[in-house]
Amino acid sequence: MIAVENLNVFFGHGQTRNHAVKDVGFTVEKGESFGLVGESGSGKSTVLNCISGLLTHWKGRIEIDGVRLMQTRNMAFCRKVQMVFQDPYGSLHPRHTIDRTLKEPVKIHRLGDANNRVARVLDDVGLGAKFRFRFPHQLSGGQRQRVAVARALILDPEIILLDEPTSALDVSIQAEVLNLLQDIRREKNLTYILVSHDLAVVSHMCNRLLVMNRGKTVETITRNQLKSGAISEKYTTQLLVAGKGYDRTAIDQFQDFR
Amino acid sequence: MTENTPLLTVNDLSVVFPSPKGEVCAVNNVSFSMGREKIGVVGESGSGKSLTGRAVLRLLPPYARVGASDITFKGRNLLSCSEKQMRKIRGMEISMVMQDPKYSLNPVRTVGEQIREAYTIHHKAGKKQARQKTLDMLKAVRIRNPEQVYGLYPHEVSGGMGQRIMIAMMLIPEPSLLIADEPTSALDVTVQLQVLAILDDLVGERGMGLIFISHDLALVSSFCDRVIIMYGGQIMEVVDAGNLHKSNHPYTKGLLSCLPKIDGTQDHLPTLVRDDVWLKPVPGRVNGEAAS
Repeated sequence: MIAVENLNVFFGHGQTRNHAVKDVGFTVEKGESFGLVGESGSGKSTVLNCISGLLTHWKGRIEIDGVRLMQTRNMAFCRKVQMVFQDPYGSLHPRHTIDRTLKEPVKIHRLGDANNRVARVLDDVGLGAKFRFRFPHQLSGGQRQRVAVARALILDPEIILLDEPTSALDVSIQAEVLNLLQDIRREKNLTYILVSHDLAVVSHMCNRLLVMNRGKTVETITRNQLKSGAISEKYTTQLLVAGKGYDRTAIDQFQDFR
Repeated sequence: MTENTPLLTVNDLSVVFPSPKGEVCAVNNVSFSMGREKIGVVGESGSGKSLTGRAVLRLLPPYARVGASDITFKGRNLLSCSEKQMRKIRGMEISMVMQDPKYSLNPVRTVGEQIREAYTIHHKAGKKQARQKTLDMLKAVRIRNPEQVYGLYPHEVSGGMGQRIMIAMMLIPEPSLLIADEPTSALDVTVQLQVLAILDDLVGERGMGLIFISHDLALVSSFCDRVIIMYGGQIMEVVDAGNLHKSNHPYTKGLLSCLPKIDGTQDHLPTLVRDDVWLKPVPGRVNGEAAS
């Protein structure tokens, strides 16, 4: 469904040029949920921004359904691929009601039947009609992230790109949003690419994942490898140990991977 | 001071904010006491954990009403201290590390200058001596090239280094209690643990007390000696960190179970079912008004 090959991204020019993504490649099957893991600055979000078309100066090959993507995207692409962002406080227009936010994509794509679509999609994300005419500031963080998911779903996409969808939320709310995302994927047979810094979240959601460090691919592993600890790369092992909590002896052995 | 006398005792602390819809009681009758140990305060956002830390240092906005029957630090009653006396206590006796070094450092002054200032305010020292002290402190938080970092501005350092600089600045007046308010939440996991290791070593060496405020249960249970679990402005329970997983309180259990686990299944995560019974009504409190 999605194929990325030799993806390279540079930011800046001359002396300050930053090679943010270096020869990254992976494939995602239809209906699969694929994880991108790494620390800040590893280029995981940049990869997602290239696929979604938010970044245009990438080099390499990105294919969706066998069709090679160019730098600019058309309307049909937007109906197929949608994105959910990290920060539910920043990704919704503060002076638009939920209803207006959700109707905007319907209007842009001239799909019609906006009222029913909004009602249906709000039901899908478990919010219901009473939230429809509220403003974002009248919702909690978890509810806002549900609205962000609803906004992505309203165009009936096949692929959803999730950029740290739960890292701004409390753990109890994170569980609810993760459950919701799992349910929607199973119900609508969606394909996910999930970016996260949290190995536990990715292992809960995805069967395969790509570990990135400083723009480079460290390795592509399966969830079972992660569970059994059959990992060859030291970087991944270190991430795994770090996720388990404070352990003084383990920390002294941490290395800086460059 | 003997081992048994507590370093800090807080009794019936409440923080009330006025609002157009009536008063909001953000912290409600919180009592705890601690010695020279690492104590963790955990809760979701809005549970009052940060406010508890700030109320001890009196760092709240003037419209917040803080009431307590007793806040005693090293045998001194902090409630009766004047603002002038409090200024002596802040930094010298109790200091606080905030969440984001980007916002808590002065952007137009070099980090070295700022750390040196923290030292010279509380100790009589010449410029040269203070500079040397600052460099030693930067070395203590494992910054490899203190001379170079001394002259850097806050925007020139990374998040992990910024947080180490904050820790250096807070520890240089040699306080006996450090309140760390989510000191590592903005950092990557490995950097977070390295910063905590530094904090752990320094706190251990100097025999300080540490209040570690965090939302990360797993981290706190592995880092601290005791854990205070807060919900809705009240203390749900205080447990030994090692026994956190054996806790019987439904809130603690709920929080622990809704964490995704690497060796778990991909089934539905259990979600937290909140229960109003957890929040016990406080005697003497009428219409959201806290008795002080």
